[in-house]
Amino acid sequence: MDVLYFAWLRERIGLPRETVSSEAATVMELVEELRAREDRYAAAFADVSALRVAVDQELAEFGAPLVGVRENAFIPHMTGG
Amino acid sequence: MRVVVQNAPFDLGAEAAGFAAGCTTSGAIVTFTGIVRDVAGGLETMEIEHYPGMTEAALTGIAKEAVTRWSLEDALVIHRHGALAPHEMIMMVATAAPHRKDAFEAAEFLMDYLKSRAPFWKREVTAEGADWVAAKDTDEEALKRW
Repeated sequence: MDVLYFAWLRERIGLPRETVSSEAATVMELVEELRAREDRYAAAFADVSALRVAVDQELAEFGAPLVGVRENAFIPHMTGG
Repeated sequence: MRVVVQNAPFDLGAEAAGFAAGCTTSGAIVTFTGIVRDVAGGLETMEIEHYPGMTEAALTGIAKEAVTRWSLEDALVIHRHGALAPHEMIMMVATAAPHRKDAFEAAEFLMDYLKSRAPFWKREVTAEGADWVAAKDTDEEALKRW
């Protein structure tokens, strides 16, 4: 699965996208796996209320299942317009 | 219905005229334009990041919803990304409906939704450094109206 990061999350983690092999059943389980990797991930994902998630380019909840998902994007709250 | 995501500037007059020319049954056309604003002073550029693919899909979904809810004859959304200077145009929406109330409401709906449901992120660059613009609670509150 491709995991994408945008805006300040991309800056904190230090890369825009990576391929992740994961057994995570839900987005939140993926967050836990990433947090456990390195300090920069733990810091970036410290407060998930500051983040949203898009599963295969559609906004989803952190409890959303990851079965069959190709692209999981973590994104800060949006500021368009 | 047309949704455009681009780096290049757009010609507000030409876009508005072209949109109006394509409408044959509407009595009201509303356009809204967003401009880069130097809120604190000293803004050098406003950088707008987006999520290619999802951005177009999200904007299309929001525009379709507006067309359906207000029975619009047509809707247009143009949103730029990349580095913009103060006073440059960031985006525009246009809506066409039989009466002005629907055209105004649909334009407000488009603005409220694209502010917090289309994946764009603003970053303000000044001589002191760069900061991501924080989303406001009022942006999320605004959606409850619809």
